[in-house]
Amino acid sequence: MSSAESLSMAGRNHGGPSLAALLRVELLLALRKRADIANPLLFFVTVLALLPLGVGPEPDLLARLAPGMIWVMALLATLLSQESLFRSDFEDGSLEQQALSSQPLYFAVLIKAAVHWLVTGLPLALLSPMLGLMLNLPAAGYFCLLVSLLLGTASMSLIGAVGAALTVALRRPGLLLALIVMPLYVPVLIFGTGAVQAAIDGYVFGPQLAILAALLAAAAALAPLAAAGAIRISLDN
Amino acid sequence: MPANSESHSLLQVRNLSCQRDGRRLFAGLSFTLPASGALQIEGANGAGKTTLLRTLIGSAGDYDGQILWDGRPFPASLPQFRESLLYIGHRAGVRGGLTPLENLAWYGANRSAAMQALEQVDLFGFEDSLCQNLSAGQNRRVALARLFLPDAPSLWILDEPLAALDVAGVAALQGQMAVHLSRGGAMVFTSHQPVALAGLQGIQLADFAVDELAESAGGEHVFG
Repeated sequence: MSSAESLSMAGRNHGGPSLAALLRVELLLALRKRADIANPLLFFVTVLALLPLGVGPEPDLLARLAPGMIWVMALLATLLSQESLFRSDFEDGSLEQQALSSQPLYFAVLIKAAVHWLVTGLPLALLSPMLGLMLNLPAAGYFCLLVSLLLGTASMSLIGAVGAALTVALRRPGLLLALIVMPLYVPVLIFGTGAVQAAIDGYVFGPQLAILAALLAAAAALAPLAAAGAIRISLDN
Repeated sequence: MPANSESHSLLQVRNLSCQRDGRRLFAGLSFTLPASGALQIEGANGAGKTTLLRTLIGSAGDYDGQILWDGRPFPASLPQFRESLLYIGHRAGVRGGLTPLENLAWYGANRSAAMQALEQVDLFGFEDSLCQNLSAGQNRRVALARLFLPDAPSLWILDEPLAALDVAGVAALQGQMAVHLSRGGAMVFTSHQPVALAGLQGIQLADFAVDELAESAGGEHVFG
């Protein structure tokens, strides 16, 4: 069955594609742009591989820096890939068509953020144990690093969608997007690195992970609303 | 019976005035679009054609006046309005990363209907190439293929549908417009070219232009 056939097989109501069809199209588009998937990952790995060259290869120093550096680099890699989240849809007019369809824009944004996480946040989190090894992360921190990054990158994908929606009508949003989104990443970063540090020091890290999960739940509920509103403003000029 | 005549008009615009960037483009625009009615908006570049269409689809909020769909005013009737709306704007709404077939599927067409529509816009053989590899005119045709789908919505609002089309494309599109009208559909479109359609109404936006100079002179008069 061709992809086009399966798209329409997912069924639809008049005026817009169904959620399943929307998800399939977004995944298809994301998987066809392989460079967009590879670039944040390469950035993540390269910068962390450069770190020992900058601060010196002392195992103890690297072990102390590892949780924070991995988290900050994951944050930057997510941010870099976020700029293009709505760009091509805005430029080719399909974002406008989506705003006109009877399907709420909320779900379209939610699905876009989910696909963004699937192609950036998820691989970043899965790569993180390898980078932990490179940076001599203490063994107690691996599990917590992986789980906290899984939760945290999902929140960041959602929060970043708001910034991307606000700046989609601008020609060069790069730095402005970073300025809007970075402060919103702060709670995620604090609890993420806090959880890994607690795990390394042998304390309980469940509460921090629970807060990360709560942040994710709040972001999933609120960020698509804000992003949908921002898209309508961006389309109106 | 006034209630009956109301129900025959799909789209009604009363005393509409639009502004963009603080400048009033036109004012006092009123028209009624019945079923099987077609309306061509004409005007010079910058006269506000696109702004008018974007106001009609409910995307531009900066207007005064009343827009009624099926006798009920915006924005209350917007959800029903959008169910029966097919809008093709300046940006065609064709995704470069998808093939023409997948693009039409995204708009809800099944495979055989999409293939037929693509054949009618002369894109047979291109259905599986990515749209980013097609020409501008071909991308335009992919967007216009939506008009050839069997379950196309009843109100078409088209921004420059004839732009970038060759002679055969223009003829095919005019034919499809006539078919749509004969099925009881309605349409509003902008075009710089003359369009041959039975029962076509025209609006010259220049007739509703706001004379900013006269207005500011009037303002001074109040102060003086």
